[in-house]
Amino acid sequence: MTRDLRIQTTCALLLMALLATSVFLVRQVDLVSDDAPLQEVLYIPSAKAVQRMSLGYSGLLADIYWTRVVQYFGARHQARAMHYRILSPLLDITTTLDPRLIPAYEFGSVFLAQKPPEGAGDPLAAARLVEKGIQGNPQAWRLYYDLGYIYWLELKDPAKAADAFDRGSKIPGAHPWMRVMSAALAAHAGETETATYMWTNILNSTDDPSLRSNAINRLRCLKVDSDVKVLQDRVDTFTKQNGLTPPGWPDLISSGLLRRVPLDPKGYPYQLVGGRVQVAKPDLFPFITRGLPPGQAPGDIPGESGFKVVPSK
Amino acid sequence: MIGRLGAIAFNTYREAVRDRVLYNLILFALLIVGSSILFGQISLEINRIVLINLGLSAISLFGIVIAIFIGIGLVSKEIEKKTLYTVLAARPVRRWEFIAGKFFGLVMTLTVNALLMSVGFFAAVLYVSHKLGRGDLQLVTAIYFILLEYVLITALALLFSTFSTPVFSSIFAFAIFAIGTFADDLRGFAQMANGLPRWLMTGAAYLVPNFASLNVITQVAHDVAVSPKLILLNTLYVVVYTTAVLTASVWIFERRNLK
Repeated sequence: MTRDLRIQTTCALLLMALLATSVFLVRQVDLVSDDAPLQEVLYIPSAKAVQRMSLGYSGLLADIYWTRVVQYFGARHQARAMHYRILSPLLDITTTLDPRLIPAYEFGSVFLAQKPPEGAGDPLAAARLVEKGIQGNPQAWRLYYDLGYIYWLELKDPAKAADAFDRGSKIPGAHPWMRVMSAALAAHAGETETATYMWTNILNSTDDPSLRSNAINRLRCLKVDSDVKVLQDRVDTFTKQNGLTPPGWPDLISSGLLRRVPLDPKGYPYQLVGGRVQVAKPDLFPFITRGLPPGQAPGDIPGESGFKVVPSK
Repeated sequence: MIGRLGAIAFNTYREAVRDRVLYNLILFALLIVGSSILFGQISLEINRIVLINLGLSAISLFGIVIAIFIGIGLVSKEIEKKTLYTVLAARPVRRWEFIAGKFFGLVMTLTVNALLMSVGFFAAVLYVSHKLGRGDLQLVTAIYFILLEYVLITALALLFSTFSTPVFSSIFAFAIFAIGTFADDLRGFAQMANGLPRWLMTGAAYLVPNFASLNVITQVAHDVAVSPKLILLNTLYVVVYTTAVLTASVWIFERRNLK
């Protein structure tokens, strides 16, 4: 080996060793540092200030901020966090930097609206974000859909939801069922039938496996709500007729109120506990509003996916 | 005259290439390929938008940085190396020809650079979108506007190079670029003032180079068309403004005592 080659090899090996050591040391420093997570820091909280500082490259900066939103939300969601402190300002900065970034409004509103730990649990902020999107993109009918969804399911305001669907339905290219949704909500605000109609439409209008799976999940939960209502009516009828609460399903079957033991959409028998109908495994139905065990409120159950679906374009 | 201008321009181009300016293309290629893969995985639904924003911003920024760092040395380096005296004294080259030749040489370098980066950029767009359509012509418009940016900043860097040191010239050039991106805001601020300050601010706002209207990257990333009128007006503006800046450069350079 010549002297030059020896020197070069030594330098290369030394460089690699030193770099590896420095990486190791940085990781050690991270472990002993204050554990305030980096993603909780908003270096510049003002959207307008960030826009000014972008020197015209606001689109690129918006993409970077949007990526940060996705990473932040993903990390918090995975950690089943109960608060998403900087999600709303991050989304505000992103959409101020690029008001045409439609995915930021669509997905951002979902992130904001869903109850913790699925999301930030701030449907009002979600509605504000989508309204901002509509202001900048009045022809994007999907944003009216999102707004209608938030008002209907999260804010329980069917009148405003119907108005949002109605406004969206007037945009050229909007899905025809936007008009139907508007009418249905205006007539039967909040009913299970309306929800079933909507999720069936979504299921039939998309090929995306994750969206289809979510729609099926929602439809199963709606089926549970509907089943529990019917079963509870039968139990109440039995109680009235016999003056006692039925201890189990066989009593209802023998009295002719039921033909067989009722099964939930996952195939498990419904439970009858102290005259009250409930599901056997609440974890399987994250969106049900009826049939939950006593003390458990709707929305308490973490679902396999809390994401709202967006109809295909 | 054309021959002398061409010789200086070509020589400037050759020097820039010899200075390994085109090495930035490697960095650009890595950036584009890396971003198209990485952002597709960590972002939601905006893979193509990211690619366009990042690709065009990189073409713009790389070119501007090169324009400034080469532009500031175009005259001062020649003075420092004493080669300017040979050119001006020993050959029949006028001072304005020297300035114009240097300007065209650097613009030529930047154009070649931008064209090569554009080839890489469109290849990445093709990779992400699987096809190129008529809508992608907007991307060509954005690249044309970036070339106009280069022309403007090259002229400004050259102007500073005629009377200042390279360090101060680069500071001035970056500052004027930053101020130019705020051109719209400056006019807005001027509207909020009254009396003499309003007139002074309005004058200043119209005097700074209008880089703001040359950046349509975000717009084309969303397939929003750029109006032909804006293309025409921006072209005319850059031609007029650049000529004004070059005139000022020649005027200063003519008055400089080079002995």
